[in-house]
Amino acid sequence: MAIDWNVFTPGTALAGGALIGLAAGGFFLLAGRIAGISGVMGGLLRPRRGDTAWRLAFVAGLMAAPLAYALAAPLPAVHIDASAGLLIAAGLLVGVGTHYGAGCTSGHGVCGLSRFSGRSLAATVVFMAAGMATVFVLRHLG
Amino acid sequence: MPLVIAFGAGLVFGLGLLISGMADPAKVLGFLDIAGPWDPSLALVMGGAVGVAMVAFALARRRGTTLRGTPLQWPTARGVDARLVGGGVLFGIGWGLAGLCPGPALVLLGMGAPDAWLFAAAMLAGMAVFEGIEQWRRRD
Repeated sequence: MAIDWNVFTPGTALAGGALIGLAAGGFFLLAGRIAGISGVMGGLLRPRRGDTAWRLAFVAGLMAAPLAYALAAPLPAVHIDASAGLLIAAGLLVGVGTHYGAGCTSGHGVCGLSRFSGRSLAATVVFMAAGMATVFVLRHLG
Repeated sequence: MPLVIAFGAGLVFGLGLLISGMADPAKVLGFLDIAGPWDPSLALVMGGAVGVAMVAFALARRRGTTLRGTPLQWPTARGVDARLVGGGVLFGIGWGLAGLCPGPALVLLGMGAPDAWLFAAAMLAGMAVFEGIEQWRRRD
């Protein structure tokens, strides 16, 4: 693992991470719910009375973030290099996988680890390893 | 719950993703590419997030209720089973293919990034198809 110091951004990584933690922690302290985004979205597919509006509001907040950010500074550059086919495959796998695995980087990684969940630790290790293996295959094999 | 809490949480979460660079798939892939020029940033993002959230969850554990006095919905699932691992593997592969997961995908949608909608639609389709299968199985 040779660190590329040109792209490593420890300061903003920590600062942004702290904000994410604030959002997730604050959400649990104020609303009593886990800020696991795959779960928040998944619940929209099982609509129950009184359970839909807050999910839409959360999603709206995420989507509004770039607008808020842009009021203070130019938005960071974003690079989506995957082809359409790859994006579709990736989306399907993420959709299916988060459903079965009961969470993603926010649910298991942030919330789960923060409450010392062994289950979330296992999940996080698994999806991190799978992600790293996938990138290894795509970038360094063949 | 008051919608402003949910909206605010999503907003702050999204700002965190943007500031940390996690809304950029290339930066996420830079972390997952351990054999290449490695960008450890994601690890620090996680560290910063867990460091702060840990305090909140400990506080919640001690209080027993939310700051508003409403119930805390602690996850109840226990143990590591095939579904958790299998799901994690599939999610991880999908994540590694494009460097996108649910949160950043929504932020990118909000940015109007081209192709973000393609990933988001496929993700919803993946969730919906399996949700449909589960519900169909449970109907007996």
